[in-house]
Amino acid sequence: MTKDDKGSTATVETSEARDKGDSPLREFGANLVSTPREFRDSVVRHGKPTSDRAKSQVVMSNFFLHILPVRIHMHSLKAATTLGLGVATFVLFIILCFTGVLLMVYYKPAVDQAYGSMLDIMNVVPTGRLIRNVHRWSAHAMVACVFLHMARAFYTSAYKKPRQFNWVVGMGLFVLTLALSFTGYLLPWDQLAYWAVTIGANIAQSPREVTDALGVTGVFDVGGVQKELLLGAHMVGQEALIRFYVLHVVVLPVITAILIGVHFWRIRKDGGMVRPAAADAPPVAPVLSAEPAPLKTYGLMGLMKGRTPAVNLELRNTVTAWPNALYVIGAATMVTVLSMLLLGFWFDAPLKEMANPAVPENPAKAPWYFLGLQELVSYSAFMGGVGIPAIVVLGIALVPFLDREKEDAGVWFSGKRGKIVTLYSVLFGTVTVVGMLCFTVKFGWLRDWEATAHVPQIVITAFNPGTVFVALFALWSIVVVKVTRSTRMGAIALFTCFLVGFVILTYFATVHRGPNWDFYWSQSDWPVH
Amino acid sequence: MSETKAPLESSERFKPVATRRDFLGLAAAWSAVAAFVMAMLGAMRLPMPSVFPESNSRAKLGRPAAFAKNSTTYFPKQRLWLFRGEDGFHALSSVCPHLGCIVERKEGGQFSCPCHGSKFDVEGNLTGGPAPKGLVSVELTVSPEGQLVADTLQEVPRGTVLNA
Ligand code: HEM
Ligand code: FES
Repeated sequence: MTKDDKGSTATVETSEARDKGDSPLREFGANLVSTPREFRDSVVRHGKPTSDRAKSQVVMSNFFLHILPVRIHMHSLKAATTLGLGVATFVLFIILCFTGVLLMVYYKPAVDQAYGSMLDIMNVVPTGRLIRNVHRWSAHAMVACVFLHMARAFYTSAYKKPRQFNWVVGMGLFVLTLALSFTGYLLPWDQLAYWAVTIGANIAQSPREVTDALGVTGVFDVGGVQKELLLGAHMVGQEALIRFYVLHVVVLPVITAILIGVHFWRIRKDGGMVRPAAADAPPVAPVLSAEPAPLKTYGLMGLMKGRTPAVNLELRNTVTAWPNALYVIGAATMVTVLSMLLLGFWFDAPLKEMANPAVPENPAKAPWYFLGLQELVSYSAFMGGVGIPAIVVLGIALVPFLDREKEDAGVWFSGKRGKIVTLYSVLFGTVTVVGMLCFTVKFGWLRDWEATAHVPQIVITAFNPGTVFVALFALWSIVVVKVTRSTRMGAIALFTCFLVGFVILTYFATVHRGPNWDFYWSQSDWPVH
Repeated sequence: MSETKAPLESSERFKPVATRRDFLGLAAAWSAVAAFVMAMLGAMRLPMPSVFPESNSRAKLGRPAAFAKNSTTYFPKQRLWLFRGEDGFHALSSVCPHLGCIVERKEGGQFSCPCHGSKFDVEGNLTGGPAPKGLVSVELTVSPEGQLVADTLQEVPRGTVLNA
């Protein structure tokens, strides 16, 4: 970078001293005195960020800030553009790494010690309870934020060209976030953990439902291999605990960190946050301050791959990232950290009795974000645990390749028509899912009816309440594509249906499922045992 | 991608391997990729256990004489019920074939699972709920010293009875 005035003054001083023929000792003394300043100037090679030029240098010459563009579009900084959700997710990831390493100091991944070390952390270790609480609540919050961030990227068409690949990277991060939560869930080794993971591991084995029906499990046992890889055994035990621990503290966080790096880098390469054409309208505020001519034209450095190659246009409505973007990021960070601290201060993360492989927790409920799947799993282990999730994740990952409609991206719901489609899809999704749930609770399913009591398992795997409403969702979005002649509208319809289905199933399994997975209006109606 | 860049000529994109040097270069690159993939696959063999911690799935349950006729005994550690009927012994695993919870035995001798409500009749056959099949009938043998031995990883056909 350009050498700054300050740095050069310091050098001049010392060489002056030498010219005067002073003793080397004097020179050493002068060096010693000026070392703090020299050191500072070697780290920060520019003056105070008062001019646009210096502000650009701050961002460009700082390792941590150069992920930001020098100038950033004002639309990207508006709260309504991102809702700060991506930043919040990232901050939660950092909080989790920080508190996680602290927890590792005391946690022992052994079946006879893990639960005891959790009790220690909760009751003996200084600040242990708070750190554990913050870790747990941040994990929940990260899952929630990643969901919402994905929804925001979807509804603002941020997956469109040139951002298709970053959408896929995002899906990778989504799956990794869930995997991190799932592996962390086992570590306390309490009843909840033990049985939720037993169920999870058997879901990994559930392709057997299909291979058994086809009679090929003997030669092609995917389910069995998956479970053995995950548990290193046939049951959740010491082997499983170590495997989950390694995945949770090393493998998954490292992969996630790398993918987050790719995600951020691609945002820059894809031209920053998606924005509608209207955001490039004539400037609404003075853009370039009247500064003395800079040595370099940083406008060129800020050149982004956009709709037009017009360099001048790119500068319209932009502000320097320092400090404008940093204020926004800082605000999102503060809100996130503060809410986690308050949550951790006021609410204790649950810890049940120690794991007991002989007696299942009843009901054995997974963490909330898996409860929707647990409801589906209670129709068919394979479809609910593997089939439908795989279809949904693949479907969402492929959205940018299936809907390539050119339209004004960066507009919430793609405008008025999209809002209407979203509204109707919410209605359709709600009626379908609530209808199916009521039907299933009231009348049961194939096996509960005389005529179909003995249908083979494969029929139930293929045809159960879960597959029925996924099929209905697909049908609905095809209808929407036909009627609106727009794949974007079809995508909105499908995505909205999945979202609604997820929310309703999660609510239903959380509130209305009790012991034996029976239906109850509320927890106070549960039989006491 | 920027719209200003002209798309590649399709002939340019799928240019056939023209020269010998190109061919050798490609062959070298792909060999390196293949070697790397094979090495990774080899390393990934490590987490796949060849011996299971529960490889000793056989457990002694006691001498046959210790169990009265028409009695039912539950072994929580082995997760199985031992039944002695009129003509011999049989055993049922208490692990639910749906997702691995432990099923409960009701008053009448039927079983039901607390996790997603699978139901089984007195013989362990599936009568309702999401489980894909009935409870597993566990293999029983008699050891040389005359003890009943159950192998929880060995399934036998329903109705198999051990006369001992
Ligand atoms: C660990 C998880 C993730 C982190 C830390 C993360 C972080 C971020 C951040 C900081 C941004 C900048 C804009 C903003 O704040 O919203 C962003 C943008 C974006 N993210 Fe993520 N993200 C994650 C997961 C996802 C997921 C699950 C998806 C979707 C499948 C996704 C798709 C996108 C897309 C398409 C953009 C560009 C948005 C635009 O141009 O408007 N990300 N992400
Ligand atoms: S584990 Fe028994 S019904 Fe699901």
